[in-house]
Amino acid sequence: MAAQLRSALMVFLILTILTGVAYPLVVTGIAQLLFPHQANGSLIYKDGKPIGSTLIGQPFDEPKYFWGRPSATAPFPYNAAASSGSNLGPTNPALTEAVKTRVAALRASDPGNDTPVPVDLVTASGSGLDPHISPASAEYQVRRVARARGREEAFVRTLVSQHTEGRQLGMLGERRVNVLALNLALDASVGPR
Amino acid sequence: MTINGLAQIGLFFLVLVALVKPLGWYMARVYTGQACGMDRVMGPLERLIYRVCGVRATEDMNWKTYAVAMLLFNVAGLVALYALQRLQGFLPLNPSAFGAVAPDLAFNTAASFITNTNWQAYAGESALSYLTQMLGLTVQNFVSAATGMAMLVALIRGLTARTAPTIGNFWVDLTRSTLYILLPLAAVLALLLVSQGTVQTFGSYHQTALLQPVTYDKPVVDAAGQPVVDEKGVAKTESTTGTEQVLAVGPAASQVAIKHLGTNGGGFFNANAAHPYESPTPLTDFVLILAETLIAASLTYTFGMMVGDTRQGWAILAAMLSVLAFFVLGAYWAESAGNPRLAALGVDQTAGIAQSGGNMEGKEIRFGVARSALFATATTATSTGAVNSMHDSFTPLGGLIPLFMMQFGEVILGGVGSGLYGMLVFAIIAVFIAGLMVGRTPEYLGKKIETYEMKMAALLILIMPIIVLGFTAVAVVTESGTSSILNPGAHGFSEILYAYTSQGNNNGSAFGGLNANTPFFNLTGGLAMLVSRFWLAIPTLALAGSLAHKKMVPPGLGTLPTHTPLFVGLLVGVVIMVGALTFVPALALGPVVEHLLMVAR
Repeated sequence: MAAQLRSALMVFLILTILTGVAYPLVVTGIAQLLFPHQANGSLIYKDGKPIGSTLIGQPFDEPKYFWGRPSATAPFPYNAAASSGSNLGPTNPALTEAVKTRVAALRASDPGNDTPVPVDLVTASGSGLDPHISPASAEYQVRRVARARGREEAFVRTLVSQHTEGRQLGMLGERRVNVLALNLALDASVGPR
Repeated sequence: MTINGLAQIGLFFLVLVALVKPLGWYMARVYTGQACGMDRVMGPLERLIYRVCGVRATEDMNWKTYAVAMLLFNVAGLVALYALQRLQGFLPLNPSAFGAVAPDLAFNTAASFITNTNWQAYAGESALSYLTQMLGLTVQNFVSAATGMAMLVALIRGLTARTAPTIGNFWVDLTRSTLYILLPLAAVLALLLVSQGTVQTFGSYHQTALLQPVTYDKPVVDAAGQPVVDEKGVAKTESTTGTEQVLAVGPAASQVAIKHLGTNGGGFFNANAAHPYESPTPLTDFVLILAETLIAASLTYTFGMMVGDTRQGWAILAAMLSVLAFFVLGAYWAESAGNPRLAALGVDQTAGIAQSGGNMEGKEIRFGVARSALFATATTATSTGAVNSMHDSFTPLGGLIPLFMMQFGEVILGGVGSGLYGMLVFAIIAVFIAGLMVGRTPEYLGKKIETYEMKMAALLILIMPIIVLGFTAVAVVTESGTSSILNPGAHGFSEILYAYTSQGNNNGSAFGGLNANTPFFNLTGGLAMLVSRFWLAIPTLALAGSLAHKKMVPPGLGTLPTHTPLFVGLLVGVVIMVGALTFVPALALGPVVEHLLMVAR
C-alpha cells in the first residue's frame, strides 16, 4: 500500500508536468511560430491598433450598419469576456416575447419591408459572439443599409456577396456573411453614390 | 432536412469508420507491448517514469491491487485539483487576477474533472487562471481518459486470460495510454485547430475599440462590488455607453484538443465549442466531432484484436453506430422542423440555399442545424459533453435525444474506455438473456457467465438510474432545487433531469439555463459524478478479475455466436430496453409533455 501510494504520487506528479506544463508550452511555441495571427485571436488592425477580430462579432443597431445575431451575453451584447447563449427553452414565453420585440425593431427600421424575417436574425447565437449572419439575413437588410447610407442597393449587394463565405471544402457548415468585415468595408467604401 | 445536411452527417460516419482499423490496430500493439513506432520516441521516457516512480512494469496486478492503484491515483488528482483552485490567487499565470474558487464549486469541479465528466458550474474565462486551466484541468483531461482506457484493457485481459490471477499493471496501462495515444494525437489536433483560428497564447485579454459604441443598462454596484437594489428589491441599473470590447483569449487549443479526444468536454470558454475562439470554422467542428468519437470507436477494433477475433469488435461497433445514426437523424429532423411559436410571428425557418433555417436559438451560423444536431447527439452518445450549440434551447424532441443518449448509460461509444467496458457488460447481459431463452449457461468469448458475473453486471446497470432519478426527485421537490430553474413548466423539470443525467453518467453537457452553481447542486452533483464513476469502476474490475480466473470453454453447438447481425440486434435491443424501461416515465414528464404543448394549437 505504501509503495502504491508512492507510485501514485510520483506518476501523478510526472504526468502533470508532461501534460500540464510541457504539452501546452510546446503547442504554444509551435503555434506562435507557425500561426501567430490565428494563435493570438485573428485580430484586425487599423493604424496599428486592434479594432476587433474576424472571429468575434460586435453589436450593431444603427440603420447604416448590418446587424448581427442577437446576443445574450451580460451585461451588454457581444461581451467577449463572458460568452453565453440565452438558454431560453422553445416554449418559454420570454423567448417568444424577445423574438417579437426583435421582429418589431427590424420592421420599424425598414418600413415597407414585409418579407418574413430570417430566423437567425431574431434568435440569439450559442456563444453570444457569432460573427456571422446567413446570406438571407444580409439580403433582408440590404435595402435599409443602402437607404441609410444613400447608396445604390446594387452596390451594397455587391459588397455583401464579396463578404459571403461558401461552405468549407465545398461541403462543411453553412454559407455565411461576416458582419464586422462587411461593415468595415461599407465604412471604407467611397465612389459613386 | 437538406441533402447537404445529410451528406455532412454521412461524411462523418464514413471518415470515422475508415479510421477505426488503423488506430485500433495501433492501440492493440500499444497495450500488448509490441513495437508500434512511437516506442522509439517515447520508450526512454516511459522507462524513466517507471524507474523514478518505483513501478515494476513487468509485475501484473490482481483486480484488487489494480483497483487500489486506480483509486489512489484519482484521490491524488482530486486533492491537487481542489487545492489548485483554492490557491490560484496566490499562484502565477493569472493575468486576470482571479481569486480563490468557492469551496463547494471547487469540490464540484475537481470531482467533475477527475471522473472524466467535465460538468462546468463555473465560466472558464471569468473564474479560472491559466495555471488552473493547464495544471489542473488539462492534466485531468489526459489522465481521467487514460484511467478509463486502462480499466477497459484490464477487462479485456480478464476476457482473454486463461485461469490467470492478474489483469495487468495499472501504472503501465495509464502511462502508455497517455504517452503513446493521447499526447501525440492531442498535439497534432491542437495545431490543426490553431491553423484554423483557435487561440493558443499566454498573453492577457485584448482590448479593442468597437466600431459602433453600444448603449446598455449596467448594474449599479457599491464600493464592495455588491449589486445595489432599489426599495422594491430590483437591481438598479444605469444607462452606460461602452466603446470597447475585451476579447478573452488563452492557451485554448491545447485544452480543446484533449477535451474532445479524451471525451472530457470541459470548455476553455463558457460557451464551449460554440465559442469562435474554440471552434472557429466548420472544419474544426468536423474534426472535434471526429476526435470525440475516434478513440472510443477504434477501441472496439483493439478489443477484437486482443480477443483474437476482430469480428467481435466490429459487431460491437455496428451496434453502437446504428443507434447513433438513428438518433442523429432524429435530432436533425426535430431541429430542422423549427419552433412553431416563432413561425407564428412572421419568422422564416425554412431551409434553403441562403439559410440553414430550423431552430436557430442557441446555434451558430457557421454550423447550422445539421452540424449542431450531429454534435449534440455525438457529444452525449460519447461521454464528451462539449457543446457547439445550447441544448437548453433545442426543440423538446431535439433536446430529448441528447438526454436519452446519456440515459443508455454512455455505452453508444461512450467515454474512452468506459464506454466499451459498459457495452461489454451489456453484451454479457445480452448473452445471459439469450441463455435464459434456451435454458443454457450463457458464455461470452469462451467464458462462462455465472452468478457472480451477473451480480456485478446487475450492479452496473442499477446504480446509475438510482443516482440520476433519486437526485432528480429530491431536487424537484425542494426549494434549493427548483429555485435554480430558468425555463418554466415541463422544461424546468427537463433542466433538472438533464443535470443529474449528465453528472450521473459522467457526460458533462447541460441544459445551461439551470443555475448549477449553488451549494445544493455543486454537492449533490459532485457526489453523483464520483459515485457513478468509481462505484461502477470497481464492479467492472471485479468482473475482470473473476473472468480472468475462469478457463476457456470451446464453443459448442449451443453457443450463441456474438459476431452476427442477430447478436448486434439483440445487443441494441437490450441497451434500448434497459434505458427505455428506466427513463421513459421521466422523459414523458419533461420533453414529451413540452412537445405536445408546443405543437398544440
